[in-house]
Amino acid sequence: MSVRIYIPRDAASIAVGAEEVLAALTAALEQRGVQAEIVRNGSRGLFWLEPMIEVATPRGRVAYGPVSAKDVEGLLDAGFLDGANHKLCLGVADEIPWLKRQTRLTFARCGVTDPLSLDDYRAHGGLKGIEKAIALGPEATVEEVIQSGLRGRGGAGFPTGIKLRTVAQTPVPQKYIVCNADEGDSGTFADRMILEGDPFVLIEGMAIAGIATGATKGYIYIRSEYPHGIAAFEAAVKTARKSGLLGSHVADSAYSFDIEVRVGAGVYVCGEETSLLESIEGKRGEVRAKPPLPAHQGLFGKPTAINNVLSLATLPVILAEGAQHYKNFGMGRSRGTMPIQLAGNIKHGGLYETAFGVTLGELVDEIGGGTASGRPVRAVQVGGPLGAYFPRALFDTPFDYEAFAARDGLIGHGGVVVFDDTVNMAKQVRFAMEFCAIESCGKCTPCRIGSTRGVETIDRIVRGENHAANLEVLEDLCNTMKFGSLCALGGFTPYPVMSALTHFPEDFGTPPRLQAAE
Amino acid sequence: MREYEPWSESRAAEVVAAHNVGEGAALPILHALQETFGCVPEAAVPMVAHALNLSRAEVYGVVTFYHDFRREPAGKHVLKLCRAEACQSCGCDDLVEHAERRLGVKLGQTSADGRVTLEAVYCLGLCATAPSAILDGRVVGRLDKTRLDVLLTEAQA
Ligand SMILES: Cc1cc2nc3c(=O)[nH]c(=O)nc-3n(C[C@H](O)[C@H](O)[C@H](O)COP(=O)(O)O)c2cc1C
Ligand code: SF4
Repeated sequence: MSVRIYIPRDAASIAVGAEEVLAALTAALEQRGVQAEIVRNGSRGLFWLEPMIEVATPRGRVAYGPVSAKDVEGLLDAGFLDGANHKLCLGVADEIPWLKRQTRLTFARCGVTDPLSLDDYRAHGGLKGIEKAIALGPEATVEEVIQSGLRGRGGAGFPTGIKLRTVAQTPVPQKYIVCNADEGDSGTFADRMILEGDPFVLIEGMAIAGIATGATKGYIYIRSEYPHGIAAFEAAVKTARKSGLLGSHVADSAYSFDIEVRVGAGVYVCGEETSLLESIEGKRGEVRAKPPLPAHQGLFGKPTAINNVLSLATLPVILAEGAQHYKNFGMGRSRGTMPIQLAGNIKHGGLYETAFGVTLGELVDEIGGGTASGRPVRAVQVGGPLGAYFPRALFDTPFDYEAFAARDGLIGHGGVVVFDDTVNMAKQVRFAMEFCAIESCGKCTPCRIGSTRGVETIDRIVRGENHAANLEVLEDLCNTMKFGSLCALGGFTPYPVMSALTHFPEDFGTPPRLQAAE
Repeated sequence: MREYEPWSESRAAEVVAAHNVGEGAALPILHALQETFGCVPEAAVPMVAHALNLSRAEVYGVVTFYHDFRREPAGKHVLKLCRAEACQSCGCDDLVEHAERRLGVKLGQTSADGRVTLEAVYCLGLCATAPSAILDGRVVGRLDKTRLDVLLTEAQA
């Protein structure tokens, strides 16, 4: 029996040398005359340890990392193939505390299986969800999703089951499922990990949504910045078609469902759902006014359930284990687990899936281990470029939609970006406005013009020109954008801006004036 | 580095036809044209318009809306540096400056010898191994000045 070795194919692992490790290991094994099966798994999400390679042993899979090509000979000499000790040895992968403390529901298989093997997917509990959905039928499937309490993981947090029900109850022959894989928020990579590391769970989830709503066609819109994700997902779709998971008799049922992959073209606002639909239709990605809701008139004017990758990839586990199982995790109206992404200047960055309720402080200080630079944590941006900057003083905020909203923030898609004490918040605020200006779809004035005025005003504040007056102008501008924009790009850019002004006034040459004024 | 084909109307017609499948085929067609020719050539716009039953202005509007579509070919190599928040927290601004200085260009420009186009990208999803870059489709994480210099040397060679 040959030995089995795992080397991740995740883009982040590749970005730090996985291909070089693979080449070195393949050459060394050949030279030593060792037969080995090399599996390209997804990443387990412990990115500071990537490339993290594993070897199957009777004790379980033993992990090593971060491995570089030059470590390979030493590892083999030390007995890596038997899971022997070495300075890079992390022990049995499943027992690594950072992994063991998580509750992996959506990410149960990511990093464990061969992402492109449907057999492996099935062997690890895959396809149980769709079998259940087929047995339950559309109405009960929708009900199960509603009962689970799952809310959209793309940012807005709208109940997924309600959206599915709206589409299901619109009686027209052609409806669509659209998967939003535009993942534009900096600090987020969970969608990418699913595309690359467990694409079948997303295919299964989209097919379940199809059964639930009566939609027979799905589109997935993947950002062009994810070439590895696109390739992996396309390969998985082909396999799914060949094996009958997609097609005219989904998993041997009477339901029909197929998926078409579309690739974005480098525009952040195309992650906004109506802009994304315009883009799939081949138009400029200009945001549509609502109503009509996409659930009533979406893609090509037809009822459309548009959902984030994580929302759809969570349907299989909800169906397989039951709504109650999922709902039992979490707090308040935030049910289940959230794949939180710890990013930026953080010591232990990666994918941490856990029940809602964990505090920001636990995430950053304990789980994340503080900054990578070793300097004190000063600010944390949660929820992407439209999310607020939190100071340490708010580290008791639990990860929960309502708790973050109550503190003028948002959890968005679950990205947490850590900054150390060298951060200049005026610069961050300028960037927030600049980004809004670059990415504005141009449809409404507060966003299109306001963002550019915002950049200019911040520059004046930083130069100390009419300081107090310009701070007021900036606040006014934020209010205009917040209340006068059609979508959340213009509407939420004030979050990072106002949070920085409120919590870090000293970076704007101001004593805590704003706090006093509130 | 990628080799692109020289402009040819018949080749363009082939590409347009091959990707004009299903509804809303504009983006797939434009991506395919750029894959073939390294940009969306001016001369292809009326062809796309004709194929999709749109006006030239509409197609032009689509091409210019999306940051990915080039109207002129890029340099021999394209280096994109991530400028988004996670990479900012790990010092990407210094790296951008360093690359700009070494190449003698600003973001969005091509070096005088036509070898390297330097661009910004807003997130590659490699935010836990920041700062990140992508050189001709090859992703690179944990970038620092030394690693960036290696990439630049490779691209300039
Ligand atoms: C500017 C902007 C960008 C967005 N980008 C994304 C994105 O990249 N991915 C995503 O799933 N949702 C994104 N959204 C949210 C979508 O509009 C929408 O709420 C989501 O796709 C619905 O799916 P969900 O209910 O599963 O979350 C964005 C919204 C805005 C305003
Ligand atoms: S807020 Fe900005 S991005 Fe959104 S619709 Fe208005 S102009 Fe477009």
